Amino acid sequence: MALLTCSNLNLGYDGTIVAEQLEFVVNSGDYLCIVGENGSGKSTLMKTILGLKNPISGSILFGDDLKRNEIGYLPQQTVVQKDFPASVKEIVLSGCLNSSGFNPFYTSAQKKKAQASMERMGILDLASSCYRELSGGQQQRVLLARALCATRKMLLLDEPVAGLDPKVTVEMYGLISSLNKDSGITVIMISHDISSILRYSSHILHVDRSQLFFGTTTDYLQSEVGAMFNGGVSQ
Amino acid sequence: MIDKLIDYLQYPFVIYALIVGILIAFCSSLLGVTLVLKRFSFIGDGLSHVAFGAVAIASVLKITNNTLLVLPITIICAILLLRTSKSTKIKGDAAIAMLSVGALGLGYLLMNIFSTSSNVTGDVCSTLFGATSILTLNSLDVWICIGLSVLVLVVFILFYNKIFAVTFDEDFALATGTNSNIYNLIIAITIALVIVLAMNLVGSLLISALVIFPALSAMRVFKSFKSVIICSACFSVFCAALGMIISILEGTPVGSTIVAMDILGFIIFWIIGLSRKGLAK
Repeated sequence: MALLTCSNLNLGYDGTIVAEQLEFVVNSGDYLCIVGENGSGKSTLMKTILGLKNPISGSILFGDDLKRNEIGYLPQQTVVQKDFPASVKEIVLSGCLNSSGFNPFYTSAQKKKAQASMERMGILDLASSCYRELSGGQQQRVLLARALCATRKMLLLDEPVAGLDPKVTVEMYGLISSLNKDSGITVIMISHDISSILRYSSHILHVDRSQLFFGTTTDYLQSEVGAMFNGGVSQ
Repeated sequence: MIDKLIDYLQYPFVIYALIVGILIAFCSSLLGVTLVLKRFSFIGDGLSHVAFGAVAIASVLKITNNTLLVLPITIICAILLLRTSKSTKIKGDAAIAMLSVGALGLGYLLMNIFSTSSNVTGDVCSTLFGATSILTLNSLDVWICIGLSVLVLVVFILFYNKIFAVTFDEDFALATGTNSNIYNLIIAITIALVIVLAMNLVGSLLISALVIFPALSAMRVFKSFKSVIICSACFSVFCAALGMIISILEGTPVGSTIVAMDILGFIIFWIIGLSRKGLAK
């Protein structure tokens, strides 16, 4: 069975539909990119998959024994976080919380996991630094390490490279790609960066109020909507 | 001066006041960091006005132990406030302002219409500024205060990791399977407890100071969540103790003296923070 199956999904706020008739399937090991214009319902879709919002109608099914507390999430940064006094270690460790249950303290296994995640993201030397004093790229690595602590199966990323400079963007895509290829983590990502999307992703979901395309990246390039979107953005 | 202080410490009511004052300062600073970071700095003010309204109702109804009425009302309002912040209809700050002003106005109106004492203004003033009540505590009050403080501390330690996660990133916590709503509820109930406690010390108007100043001062200097919390607790206890000792020696109002110490402390920490940044450059 697929890891995630969305069928006949209608999304929106307060009864107003922002995206309708979404039908797609994510299999284990996929790298799915969700693309579309601003306001096309991409973020709403991601929030609905994460259970932060309820769909207006339709269903989202998790397969392969995927549980709600086995999903990692890289959200867009909030205002609160900009001046939040917290060390990198504290933030990464907080990703382990979903495996804590009623235990009020972190176990040594969870601490090791956090350690390993930081090492994987190359931020081990920053462990005791203050989050708000890091650069944008470093902050994203911290949040990615936190997401890694929360999952071994599926990562959802909401514009992971927004506001990063080109060099750091390439590094970030490299990290995400290696998580997908080497660790077999399924990735679902929202991004506007069309050239990188085409390079790294295995599947594409193009949303603009309704579903314009869903399929593999190769098929997308040959489709009408894909050619138009690709051409429109890179010019 | 030391002699005078030792003289005063002979009286049980002075000892009681010191114990209660320090405990309240400690509890409010623990939660202050979370509230300031969650952009709920004014919840202390809002809830304390609600508590003031509840006190007014209690005195109209001639309920002798008004905590029994004040505590549930304040807890309910705390839960409502932390909940409305998520709905888009009325934003968090507007909801707090509405509740705060409404409760204050209605409370004063009630006290005026159904007044039993001849000195309404004096009563209101002492409820708002807590001018005298901390010096009239009996040993039962002190034990209740110690009990509630221990409760707050235990809850805080047990839920520390969850409180951190919910404060830093509620969406992430919720999305990855942590039940944020329950922890928000726990935060709301605990803050209501602390505020009802604190009403006795500084009165409803100055409670915000006890919540905000220690947290903001600690955030100037320290860089991890844990160190900020520890520093803000120490800061708050130190300022409260110093403020109370000064007010006992000089006969100044307790609440305002503590707040003055908090402001002084904040300025010192601010300068330390600035000079550290300067050195780093």
